[in-house]
Amino acid sequence: MAEEFFIQGNEACAKGAIAAGCRFFAGYPITPSTEVAETLARELPKVSGSFVQMEDEIASAGAIIGASWGGAKSMTATSGPGISLMQENIGYAFMSETPIVIVDVQRGSPSTAQPTMAAQGDMMQARWGSHGDYEPIALSPSSVQEFFDFTIKAFNLAEEYRCPVFVMADEVIGHMREKIVVDEDIEIVPRKRPEKTDDYLPFENIENGTTPMPAFGDGFNIHVTGLTHDERGYPDTNNPETHDMLIQRICDKVLNNKDKICSIKAENCEGADIIIVSYGAPVRSVVEAVNRTDKNVGFIKIDTPWPFPDEQIAELTKDAGDILVVEMNLGQMYYEVDRACKRNSNVHLMGVIGGLLPTPDEILDQIDRIGGN
Amino acid sequence: MSEHKQNRFLPYLREDRLPHIFCPGCGNGAIINAFLAAMEKAGMDFDNIAMVSGIGCSSRIPGYLKCDSLHTTHGRALSFATGLKTANKDLDVVVFTGDGDAASIGGNHLIHAARRNINLTVICINNNIYGMTGGQISPTSPKGSFGTTAPYGNQDTPFKLAELVAAAGASYSARWTTVQIENLVLAIKAGLENPGFSFIEVATQCPTYFGRKNKLKTPTAMAAVMKANTVFKSAADRMRPKELEGKIVVGEFANARKDEFTQGIDKISVEKSGKKTLINSAYEVEL
Repeated sequence: MAEEFFIQGNEACAKGAIAAGCRFFAGYPITPSTEVAETLARELPKVSGSFVQMEDEIASAGAIIGASWGGAKSMTATSGPGISLMQENIGYAFMSETPIVIVDVQRGSPSTAQPTMAAQGDMMQARWGSHGDYEPIALSPSSVQEFFDFTIKAFNLAEEYRCPVFVMADEVIGHMREKIVVDEDIEIVPRKRPEKTDDYLPFENIENGTTPMPAFGDGFNIHVTGLTHDERGYPDTNNPETHDMLIQRICDKVLNNKDKICSIKAENCEGADIIIVSYGAPVRSVVEAVNRTDKNVGFIKIDTPWPFPDEQIAELTKDAGDILVVEMNLGQMYYEVDRACKRNSNVHLMGVIGGLLPTPDEILDQIDRIGGN
Repeated sequence: MSEHKQNRFLPYLREDRLPHIFCPGCGNGAIINAFLAAMEKAGMDFDNIAMVSGIGCSSRIPGYLKCDSLHTTHGRALSFATGLKTANKDLDVVVFTGDGDAASIGGNHLIHAARRNINLTVICINNNIYGMTGGQISPTSPKGSFGTTAPYGNQDTPFKLAELVAAAGASYSARWTTVQIENLVLAIKAGLENPGFSFIEVATQCPTYFGRKNKLKTPTAMAAVMKANTVFKSAADRMRPKELEGKIVVGEFANARKDEFTQGIDKISVEKSGKKTLINSAYEVEL
């Protein structure tokens, strides 16, 4: 039997984490994500899990990586200022191929800016926030149900590709209350334990790029480092070939599986004069505007901003004269859409900052301004 | 090859990683020996030890030992170790760190881990300088000492780490030097046996950088200075601050049982779910 709940987005995220098998949370109080931590502080002990309030966000990111190697699915939740602090350890998680989930309930930014107002200003930080080359996976929910579903999906993807996965929510989705339906059968991806063989390599350069990961204490005696390492995990920092092989594999294990990871929802794109592209909370207003306009307008909702679904978007928009990107920043995913379209269409930006969701009327005004039939 | 007696600790080392990167005269070798001797004396199962370290010369030690080891980011080893120990309370988690790693960039994590009294054994190798980056002053460099970033003498007042950690709430804190190996072995053993946050500061020589910058060019010269300046805590307690200037106070600064952090987490788990926190749950389909 499916169960129904009327809950807040941040509570739904916490619920999703527990459903996905998360049994370790470390975090630091920050608006507007705090309810994720508060809910897990209350709920994790009920499922024999651990909650730790750390001294800052740097420590929170460190603790969940440590816990992941300790054999627990682990998560933290934060907002912009905390995401900024976590970046070095997030890079470490990419380099050490540690599955973790990072929830970012985005607020007005930069700096402390607008703690209680919504924004989507951290999208590029999820992509490029830590130094160096890596390929992140990020999901953007646009409803409380999706915040629940995408948190579960994030854990599954983290295990499948042995990497950090971001859930890029925002203050609107974090704090709104909606009905969610929790199915009885939720698909969970458990961690795969490697076989104990003489030639086991914890960072093997295998074809699909993802090697099974043991827990500390399993008897594999492995060395995990953020330094450039060979397939055994041993530092090998001055060998260009070792670095190239490692980083290429870490990137390719995501890029070569884009068709499995990327998710979009498209409506009415075929023959549309204008296609609106959006993700996260603004999608709600976009749907309403598209329903109300009498023009030939299609829309694309991006579930997975990273890796960016450029091929799917290029295909869907190839015949549209105009594309309108609606997002709550001054242009982040806009540039990705523009790149994907390869100048086949005019790409316009409706970038809204200040903390309030763009309304359907405001989007309709933009549609009128662009023209179309 | 001339025949030589095999070091009895060799089975604990990743021989395929040798030779190591430590400089001639570095104290790290003596400290590794002291750790392994203490581990044997404490009757611990080496296979159950997991090591965590940050960045710096001392943090390279776990990479040479044949156990699970997490070589993390600069200053953050204790936060990773907190997650690891909490996720699997059955592991014996040992942290190797240095003065720059633990007390400068990682100072906040150090006092909070001590405050929680989480069951970790931390060996902090204090060489009073940043060795890995080439001889910059650290938060424990003596006032007036020289480093590449203090060409005219260090103006900062150094931290007293063992005292700091004791004040922050650790249940075991001690300081010894590389010229008092037997005391050091006993302190590490006491730390390993203490079910709480155990901090063992080891004052050590860095002839390559601290020595070269401070007219102490040989390891033996540095050891002699260290030995001459050592004062036992029992004696230091009766000395005036002026008399203690430039001295290395050795001994125990905390040694008392206190509530331990992960036991508290388990207690809540038992109350709310009827069992202790799960171990290795990531590998399970149904929880």
